[in-house]
Amino acid sequence: MARSFTILVALLLFWLLLSGMFVPFLLAAGVGSAIAVLLFSRRMDVIGGEELPNRLHWFKLLAYGPWLIKEIILAAWDVSKRILHPKLPISPALVEFTPSQTMDAGLVIHANSITLTPGTISVEVEHGRFLVHALSSEAAASLAGSEMDRRCADMEVR
Amino acid sequence: MLAAATLALLVTVALALARAALGPTIFDRLQAANTIGTCAMLLLALLGFLGGRPEFLDIALVYGLLNVLGVIAVLKFFLQGNSSATGQVRRSEELRP
Amino acid sequence: MTTLIDFLSALFLAGGAFFSLVGGIGLVRMPDFYTRMHGASITETLGAGLMLIGLMLLAGLTLVTVKLAMIGLLILFASPTATHALAKAALLSGLKPRLGEQHSTTEVASSKP
Repeated sequence: MARSFTILVALLLFWLLLSGMFVPFLLAAGVGSAIAVLLFSRRMDVIGGEELPNRLHWFKLLAYGPWLIKEIILAAWDVSKRILHPKLPISPALVEFTPSQTMDAGLVIHANSITLTPGTISVEVEHGRFLVHALSSEAAASLAGSEMDRRCADMEVR
Repeated sequence: MLAAATLALLVTVALALARAALGPTIFDRLQAANTIGTCAMLLLALLGFLGGRPEFLDIALVYGLLNVLGVIAVLKFFLQGNSSATGQVRRSEELRP
Repeated sequence: MTTLIDFLSALFLAGGAFFSLVGGIGLVRMPDFYTRMHGASITETLGAGLMLIGLMLLAGLTLVTVKLAMIGLLILFASPTATHALAKAALLSGLKPRLGEQHSTTEVASSKP
């Protein structure tokens, strides 16, 4: 029930942020739509199942954002140079390694970060096993036990 | 600079279209469709600024949501042969061209 | 002050345009499906991100900026999911990635008899 209530509040805030108009009719329409979406998702049985977000360190999650953006820029620059190089110096590799996260949330953040960073794409994601496609052997070598892995593992409250 | 960025995005869409036409596998075409969707979302945002109509941003948001859902739905269709939630994943041998 | 912001936004827009073009070129130039995805991911992360920052600078502190930030967050969360689903589906369907040290197809054919 608590989850349903959280989702309802989040949907209402989302509506207000998107519409930006505070006319009675539009507010009523927002409440109606939020309740309808909540009922739909209850019927589809998609509420719950994942871990509660309070099992992550919020400060570490916030600090992770800017670091990830820095990594994305560096990796994108490297991949751009490879794309524009006349000889196309790529050496694709499939790497299998063991991530050090234990929770679903940590694993998802780690896998999404790998895919967001140009040059690496997470192909298969399971507990204790990541299969990653990398564009260059340098990117492939730096995957296992990377700083990204450490930061994602640090976020989890154990 | 808005017009230049719009032009660059149009060229990117053209390149992705070329990949969609060339692409040997279905996945190449889907990747091209995904890229075109992202470009279309950015184009809508840029057009909103060019024409001074910020309502275009809402369309861009909806388009982005539909884009992701569309790619995943088409993938599901090709992997399972139907778009229902309970279909079994076909074995890889059956899918090979 | 406004000229500085205009200049910065033009700079970000130009950067976004450049990186989305590079992503498109990568999508056409790369040799196989998995490597093409890397090219496309540049368009989706840096190209889109820089352009959105440029537009945010133009919009200033309004609801428009909030919507642009939402588009950015949507790209940040949804596009890796779609990319991952695509890559996993391709591998499941038996599409083999091309691996190893190589510069072009002709060189590989000549250097590895």
